[in-house]
Amino acid sequence: MTYDPARSSGYPDPPQRVGFFTDTSICIGCKACEVACKEWNGLPADGPLPEDASVLELTGMSYDNTGALGASTWRHVAFVEKQNDAGGLNWLMASDVCKHCTHAACLDVCPTGALFRTEFSSVVVQQDVCNGCAYCVSACPYGVIDRREGDGRAWKCTLCYDRLRGGLEPACAKACPTDSIQFGPLDELRERADQRLARLHSDGVTEARLYGEDPADGVGGAGAFFLLLDEPETYGLPPDPVATTRDLPAMWRWAAGAALGLAGGVAVAFLGARGRGR
Amino acid sequence: MAECHPVGFQWVVEARQRGAKVFHIDPRFTRTSALADRHLPIRAGSDVVFLGALINHVLAGGHDFREYVVAYTNAATILSDDFRDTEDLDGLFSGYDPESRSYDPASWAYRGVAAEPAAGAREEEDVRHEHGPEAQYEATPAQTGPAPERDETLQHPRCVYQVLKRHFARYTPELVEELCGIPPEAFAEVADAVVRCSGRDRTTAWVYSVGWTQHTVGVQYIRTAAILQLLLGNIGRPGGGILALRGHASIQGSTDIPTLYNLLPGYLPMPFAHEHEDLDSYLAGAAGDTGFWGRKRSYMVSLLKAWWGDAATADNDFRFGHLPRLTGDHGTYRTVMDQIDGKVKGYFLTGENPAVGSAGGKMQRLGLAALDWLVVRDLTLIESATFWKEGPEIETGELSTPEIGTEVFFLPAAAHTEKDGTFTNTQRLLQWHHKAVEPPGDARSDLWFFYHLGRRIRARLAGSDDPRDLPLQELTWDYPTEGEHEEPSATAVLREINGVGPDGAALSSFTELEDDGSTAAGCWIYTGAFAGEVNQTARRRPGTEQSWVAPEWGWAWPANRRILYNRASADPDGRPWSERKRYVWWDPDRGDQGEWTGHDVPDFERAKPPGHRPEPGATAEHALAGDDPFIMQTDGKGWLYVPKGLVDGPLPAHYEPQESPVVNPLYGQQSNPARRVFRRRRNRYHPVGGEVYPYAVTTYRLTEHHTAGGMSRTLAYLSELQPELFCEVSPELAAERGLVNGGWATIITARTAIEARVLVTRRIAPLRIRGRTVHQVGLPYHWGHAGSVTGDAVNDLLPIVLDPNVGIQESKAATCDVRAGRRPRGPALTALVRGHRRAAGLENEGDDEP
Repeated sequence: MTYDPARSSGYPDPPQRVGFFTDTSICIGCKACEVACKEWNGLPADGPLPEDASVLELTGMSYDNTGALGASTWRHVAFVEKQNDAGGLNWLMASDVCKHCTHAACLDVCPTGALFRTEFSSVVVQQDVCNGCAYCVSACPYGVIDRREGDGRAWKCTLCYDRLRGGLEPACAKACPTDSIQFGPLDELRERADQRLARLHSDGVTEARLYGEDPADGVGGAGAFFLLLDEPETYGLPPDPVATTRDLPAMWRWAAGAALGLAGGVAVAFLGARGRGR
Repeated sequence: MAECHPVGFQWVVEARQRGAKVFHIDPRFTRTSALADRHLPIRAGSDVVFLGALINHVLAGGHDFREYVVAYTNAATILSDDFRDTEDLDGLFSGYDPESRSYDPASWAYRGVAAEPAAGAREEEDVRHEHGPEAQYEATPAQTGPAPERDETLQHPRCVYQVLKRHFARYTPELVEELCGIPPEAFAEVADAVVRCSGRDRTTAWVYSVGWTQHTVGVQYIRTAAILQLLLGNIGRPGGGILALRGHASIQGSTDIPTLYNLLPGYLPMPFAHEHEDLDSYLAGAAGDTGFWGRKRSYMVSLLKAWWGDAATADNDFRFGHLPRLTGDHGTYRTVMDQIDGKVKGYFLTGENPAVGSAGGKMQRLGLAALDWLVVRDLTLIESATFWKEGPEIETGELSTPEIGTEVFFLPAAAHTEKDGTFTNTQRLLQWHHKAVEPPGDARSDLWFFYHLGRRIRARLAGSDDPRDLPLQELTWDYPTEGEHEEPSATAVLREINGVGPDGAALSSFTELEDDGSTAAGCWIYTGAFAGEVNQTARRRPGTEQSWVAPEWGWAWPANRRILYNRASADPDGRPWSERKRYVWWDPDRGDQGEWTGHDVPDFERAKPPGHRPEPGATAEHALAGDDPFIMQTDGKGWLYVPKGLVDGPLPAHYEPQESPVVNPLYGQQSNPARRVFRRRRNRYHPVGGEVYPYAVTTYRLTEHHTAGGMSRTLAYLSELQPELFCEVSPELAAERGLVNGGWATIITARTAIEARVLVTRRIAPLRIRGRTVHQVGLPYHWGHAGSVTGDAVNDLLPIVLDPNVGIQESKAATCDVRAGRRPRGPALTALVRGHRRAAGLENEGDDEP
């Protein structure tokens, strides 16, 4: 049986794990996901400048004037213009989102318990508990979570936790006209993604690949994974993300060992000193 | 399509996943190109060459769907001996009068068919030519005389098929390369695919938008596609057609129940003053006597009954005399000129923002500034409501606020979510929308506004005995209202449009309409939308719960048919052309002696057998044979060649846009000879291929914004996605002009200069046209001076020059200059524009305006 984050978090009988499969090969870059997300979640409009979100201006980066995921941007459509090997042009569009990792570093490092694992296995911040320490910001291997300027607390995609509780799909998936963003039980999505990938490969689209779908990867598989048409770096995604807390147990063991060793050394030193003093 | 109709594009995505091949032909590489199998960059304004070469490919290679073409089109019809083609007259058709810049279409007729309609109509036509666009819209023009001569072997040198063959012979792949900038290999790929995917087993669809229509040859672009699709048998069949993507929700609805000055509901033409004194003289020229237009009297009388009720009787011509009359061109651009000339006192703008959205923005604003009063009904304070204090002419000093006499009334409007009503989409599908929330504050629906305006005017005129007030006094104006604001019932309006019979019950089909005054219907093509006293447009049965044609999703005119002319989906004997493309067919075992049946509502008389032949002298639908699928046409045929009804020629020919970087190599005639020009000081046109305005420029929309921005630049979530006006240029043009990505550029025409941020992108490719490089500049036109994100209005750059058939402006192809940096401010801006005009030798042209 596969690892179930919700069950491991103490839900005795959780619903099926759900997530997103974002098939970028049929994304048309309409940004309906960005708008639907902001509408549903009541997020403020913001410009692309990290230093002043109130400035709305052209980035000059193709049709992307959003820039990156952040405290007020939980879906971000990247636009990448790239010459292909045949001399033609590819215009790659991909809607990025929080990955809702199986092993979520943000959740591991949160000292207040503001971040928690839901019964759907998604990862959600409770702003009324968040103290703005920003440990989660540096812990996220994808740079997804951020603190809001003038607010100080951390914000990110909730997988529309309120909608899920009400039996609705997340707003972005609902708004997506081409079904580039698919929502559903993760097992089904993975199966569908494998079929889509096989179809694209048989059609000669050999550059198609899945990203974040493998439970054996550095975050234990993402709850939101992607079909990409190029290297992850092309879209601004890390090629081999690792939960920043993955090595913590081992580190703690090393630290404990070192601490024990140190303590032993000190003890020996004291003993020795005592002996010498005698 | 992905760019401007992302929701509809889901079906293209799905078709492609099922194996359809998608070509995208567009000057720029868009979000559609990103998901197409192939993108072909084309020079804006050269599409007739591209489509014409496809026609030539089909005809020269014998790839036409011969059985379909012979039986269902006018390919076999013999033309009058008087007709001369552009091939004979260096780019003109016979009948051109250079003085009036218009055609007399008499010589375009079929042989043996008297092309001369009644004398009154003849005279009326001259009026139209002199003053404006052709009033006949979809109504097939009157055609009298016997059935035309035909040669079904298609060998007669003057049959339409042979004329077409000669006409398009010069439209070759080499010409496509020379004028469109599309290499022969790419053209061949499209040509092969289109031929391979047409015929008995397969169909090809062409989808277009204003990239085809907004040209001085806009109507002929669509005609070219129609010829190609008819030759390939792609009309009236599933997966075929020529699909217009409209620019706004319910634009189709606003031509069906028209906001156009020259149409009445259901494509009945508007009567002309003096020419149409009575109903008979009007009907004689309104449409043909054969085909379903032959029932025109019942459509018109029912309309008059809907409007004037009991006051309309046979004795008083059903109050035909109450209708307003045309005295000439009252199209939108003519009206702007008349405003500037002081001939227009008042103006209503209802959901329209011409100060940003129409070509020649300066002319638009100067026109508004010359009115006595202006009513603007919109969601927010759009530019057309604030031009008098914040328009660009205030900054340049061309207008000054204290000197503008226009009294502007801004009345906030309800959005579609705040009122009941229908949208009619491009597939003629009516879909009801229910009010979800009350409109805020003083905002009211357009229905509320016009109903209560009419009610108040009628109250004022109630005691008048002036005969000119009678049309208003007798008008049926009694819709039930609801709520504290007395909102009229949109359902009652739809029911009136649908029409009622003598018993007052809702009718279910336009064939029930009578010409004796016993029925009333506000728009004959919509009869059936309220059949059985049920609002059929509100049906929302999911596609999974009904057949793939989904007849219970909304309601489509006419008679809930989803594909028009679908009789053509069966062969002349009534059998499906193939199992794969089975749609509507003749079933000899149904009914008394056989019936048409199928997945859709057959667009044909249900019991007329395929072998039926009409009696000589029969009229209306009785004049059509059992294998004449194009039932609105007088001869029941799809028209490859248009003997009458267009004002700029019976066949499409390539003409360059008014402003073009190249000379037309095909004919001595550079541009459409019948195009409508306005020679005025503020509307000067650029010379062909000049050095001062060397670049081609085209305008378009982005997914993130809606038209002139009134519905999107006011919303934070959309504004942040495309916050600033930009121009798209190739790296080559950027290098030539020193433009830097993210920097500023000034774009200059003879009309004005605007500034835009620069996007340098390979998505706009320089093209080789007639041996030299032609750069194209792309400009989305959404910005203006109002709203939460602002910018210069792109349409200010464009000249006003129109297609002669429908009066649409040429927005998609013009020329310009581009320089690095921001534009000058104040009077320095007009000085810059004037300097360019002087360099181009334009400063003294077109001075018929003070």
